[in-house]
Amino acid sequence: MKIQDILSETYGALSANKARSGLTMLGIVIGIASVIAMISIGNGAKASIQSSIEGLGSNLLTILPGIVQPGRGIVSSGRGAAQTLKNEDIDIVKAIDGVVAVSPEVSSRFQIIASGNNTNTTITGVMPDYLIVRNITLSNGNFISDGNQRNIGRQAVLGATVATDLFPDQDSENLLGKTIRINKVNFTVIGILVAKGGTGFSSPDNMVFVPLSTMQKILSGMDYLSMMAVSVSDKNKMAEVKDMITNALLEKHNVAEADFSIISQEDILGTLTTVIDTFTLFLAAIASISLLVGGIGIMNMMLTTVTERTKEIGLRKAIGAKRKDINLQFLSEAVMLTFIGGFLGIILGWLISFIVTSTGILATQVSLSSVLLAFGVSAGIGIIFGYYPARRAGMLNPIDALRYE
Amino acid sequence: MIEIKNITKTYKTGDVEFNALDNISFTINDGEFVAIMGPSGSGKSTLMHILGALDNPTSGTYLLDEKDVSTLSDDALADIRKDKIGFVFQAFNLLPRTTVLRNVMLPLVYAGVHGAERIARARTALLSAGLDENHFQHMSNQISGGQIQRVAIARALVNNPSLILADEPTGNLDSKTGEIVMGTFQKLNKELGRTIILITHEQEIAEHADRILFIKDGMLLEDRTIRKSTPRF
Repeated sequence: MKIQDILSETYGALSANKARSGLTMLGIVIGIASVIAMISIGNGAKASIQSSIEGLGSNLLTILPGIVQPGRGIVSSGRGAAQTLKNEDIDIVKAIDGVVAVSPEVSSRFQIIASGNNTNTTITGVMPDYLIVRNITLSNGNFISDGNQRNIGRQAVLGATVATDLFPDQDSENLLGKTIRINKVNFTVIGILVAKGGTGFSSPDNMVFVPLSTMQKILSGMDYLSMMAVSVSDKNKMAEVKDMITNALLEKHNVAEADFSIISQEDILGTLTTVIDTFTLFLAAIASISLLVGGIGIMNMMLTTVTERTKEIGLRKAIGAKRKDINLQFLSEAVMLTFIGGFLGIILGWLISFIVTSTGILATQVSLSSVLLAFGVSAGIGIIFGYYPARRAGMLNPIDALRYE
Repeated sequence: MIEIKNITKTYKTGDVEFNALDNISFTINDGEFVAIMGPSGSGKSTLMHILGALDNPTSGTYLLDEKDVSTLSDDALADIRKDKIGFVFQAFNLLPRTTVLRNVMLPLVYAGVHGAERIARARTALLSAGLDENHFQHMSNQISGGQIQRVAIARALVNNPSLILADEPTGNLDSKTGEIVMGTFQKLNKELGRTIILITHEQEIAEHADRILFIKDGMLLEDRTIRKSTPRF
C-alpha cells in the first residue's frame, strides 16, 4: 500500500465518525496543551529570574569574607561575621587583568531620622564605582564622588523606597540638600536613585548610600569590608578572573586555605535555575498525566473501532490485505488522531501561554524544543496506544471476521 | 484449473473431532461455471473457505493453476487471494460511506495498481458487471440490493482472478433481482470466459450453472453436468 492510499483510508475512517474522533482527539489536545503551557510558564519564570539577577549588574563577581559553604548558598552564609576582607585588598583586586571596576561595600543597619519620620534600613558604605558595577541609575542629583570619599564627607544617596519612607509627601527633586540623621550624625542628601524593582534579597531601593570612608570611620568604626563586587570585562573571562583573584588574595592574606569566597552570578543563577527546572518538571509531569489519559482514550476508541469494523477487516483480508496492511491502517488511524490532536494542542497551549502573558502575571516562553517534544510525544502515544488494537485487527482470522455479526 | 485431491478438514471441540470435509476430490477446469450445493452443515462453507484460500485443509492437496496452496502461510494465502481469487459474499460487504468506484478499487489498492490505471480497471469491471455509469460516484448505501451485488461482482472481477467464488450471492435478494444477478454471472462466464464457483442451497439458483456438485456430510454425493460449458478462449 502506498502512503497516499493509507492516508486516504485513514481520513475516510476518521471522518466517518467525526464526533467520536473529535472527542478522542480532545484528550490529546488537552494533554499536549497543558504540557506546552506548563513548560512555557516554567521557562517564563526562569527567564524573569535570570533577568532579575542580571539586573544586579552584569559580569559580576562577588567576594565575601569567610567561607560560603557550597550548597547552602549565599543566604545562610552569615556574612559580615567574618572580618577577613580589608581595605588593602581593594587595590590587589583592581590590579588584576580583566577587572573593570571594583566596588567595596560595608553594610550595616541603622536608625535613620528625617523631619520627624524614621526608618531602620541598611546603610551601605560605597565608592563611586558602585554605580557602574551594580548597574544602577540616579533619578536626581549625584552619586557619592571621589571627593566625598577622600574627605570622609557626610553625604548620602537615598534608594527610591527609603526616599518615600522618609519624605512621604515630597517630590524627589525637592529632597536634594535635605538633612537626614543616621545614627545621630547629620548627612546631606545629594542624590536619589531610580527605583529598580523587586530584585530580591539586596535591592538598592531599600538602601541609603554613604561614602565608604565615612561608613568605616564614623558610623561603624570598623575597617573591614562586608563584600567586594567586581565587574569583569568579558563574560568568558569570569572563571579565569575568579582564579586570579583567588590566588592574589591567598597570597596577600598569606593563608593556605581561602578565608573568603568568590561567587559569580552563574553560581546564583545555577542554584535558582535548578530550583525552577525542578518546578517546571513537576508541572510538566502533572500535565503528562492528562496526556496519558488521552492516550488511553485513543486506545479505547481504537479497540471499539476494531470490534465494530471486524467485518470490514475480514473483507479486506479476503480481497488480499496482508496482516501488515491491516496493522498499518489501524496504526495510522491512531497516529493520525494523536498527530492532529497534538497539533491542535500546541496551538491551544500557545494560546494559553499567550493569555497568561497578556494578563501580565508572567512573560511566558514557548520554546521550540517543547513544541518538538510535544509533537514527538503525541505521535509516540499514537504508536504505543494504537499498536495493540492494530495488532488485534491484523491477527483477526478472515473467516471469523466475515462471519462476525 | 482447480484440482482438489483427498481434502479433509477436521475441527476439534474439546475431545470431539468432527470432519467438516471428508476425503473429497474433484477438478474444475478453466471457464467452467460450477455450483456447489448442499444442505446447511454439509461442509460447503468449509469447502468454499479452502477453495478461496481463506483456510488450509487438515490433509490433502489443493492445486490452483498447478500451484499447491494447501500448506501456505497466512500472508502467502493473502497473496493468492489478491492475485487469483475474487469473492462475492451473501451479505454484500461493501465498505459503508464509500463510493461505488472506491469500493471496486479496493483490491487494486492492495495489489499495488495506482493512479489512472486503477480507475480505468475499476470502471471496466463495473461496466462488465452491468452497472450503469451514473451510479459510479454513489455511496454504497445509496444503491439497491441488486446494484450492490453487481458492485461486489465488479470488485471480484477487477483483479482478473482465475476464479470467482460466490457464496450465496442471491441469499439476501428477492427472486427477480436474484435472476438478474445470476444473469450477470452467466454473462461473465459465457462472454468473458470466467471460472465461477457458486455456493448455494437453492436448486433454482444452482441450475444457472453448467455443473452441480452435491455435498453432504463432507463428502461428494453427486457430480452432475447440466450442459456443456464453453471452454475458455
